[in-house]
Amino acid sequence: MTEHIAPSVSTTRPDLSALAVGDVVGTREVLVDRARLVRYAGASGDFNPIHWNDTFAQSVDLPGVIAHGMFTMGAAVALVEDWAGDPGAVVDYQTRFTRPVPVPNPGEAVISVSGAIGAIDLEARTVRVDLTVTFEGAKVLMKTQAVVRL
Amino acid sequence: MAINADYAGREYPATAPYSVGREKIREFAAAVGSTHPAHHDVATARGLGYPDLIAPPTFAVVVAQRAEAPFVQDPAAGIDFTRVVHADERFVHHRPIVAGDELVTVLHVDSITQRAGIAMVTTRAEVGALATDGSGTVEPVATVTSSLVVRGEDA
Repeated sequence: MTEHIAPSVSTTRPDLSALAVGDVVGTREVLVDRARLVRYAGASGDFNPIHWNDTFAQSVDLPGVIAHGMFTMGAAVALVEDWAGDPGAVVDYQTRFTRPVPVPNPGEAVISVSGAIGAIDLEARTVRVDLTVTFEGAKVLMKTQAVVRL
Repeated sequence: MAINADYAGREYPATAPYSVGREKIREFAAAVGSTHPAHHDVATARGLGYPDLIAPPTFAVVVAQRAEAPFVQDPAAGIDFTRVVHADERFVHHRPIVAGDELVTVLHVDSITQRAGIAMVTTRAEVGALATDGSGTVEPVATVTSSLVVRGEDA
């Protein structure tokens, strides 16, 4: 598998004085297949079988394998990292998990992520980016907020 | 078995050090699709002022979940993992996690509340880095707050 390091990603932070509440930070789609979940399980150490074993998932009343909420949370913030130009500028990141994302086999689930500026604190030099994360039109995460220090 | 509310307020001893390696940061970043070069290319990370590769914002879950294990896997705590749903998660970074860090984590059980057959368990993992001078001094790195909902037997 080839790893892509996006050559276009900036390492320059946005100009705080040029930003306004409501500005769109960006949008992207995250494709999730079973291989992605296995990979996240290995990378994170979260081997809960509801994320890779249909038989087990169904035994606990799920429709089948679902994505790790922490995968979705981690994938969504990449948008903010790239916008910020420095992933270390993300000083606070939180979410609520509201709906599971079932991941088909074969096939893939498509998670949509968009970000907009929700608040600006000129004194603290921080910007709050509010992320909207949906699957099949419904929000899977709520109150997804990343505070970026610029 | 019902959840044991007596665990609220408990603080666990610091974990054994977790050594943050460059390849683990690259592996985790690739798994979540974090392609920013500060996770992959040492020269870029240093150009941004960091001593080495920095971890993505949710990487601290790796050490936080290890620190939670002695609590959530303790039969006496009464947490039935087949009935658990992750409710919320928050990472507050005092500084980024950097390759080369030796992380030690102290887990706090902040609250256990129960109503209508549902229990909400909130934990807080205080993640720190051991000083490289061997003094045992711990520099605060991240605070990870996590809430689990545990459905009751009848829910």
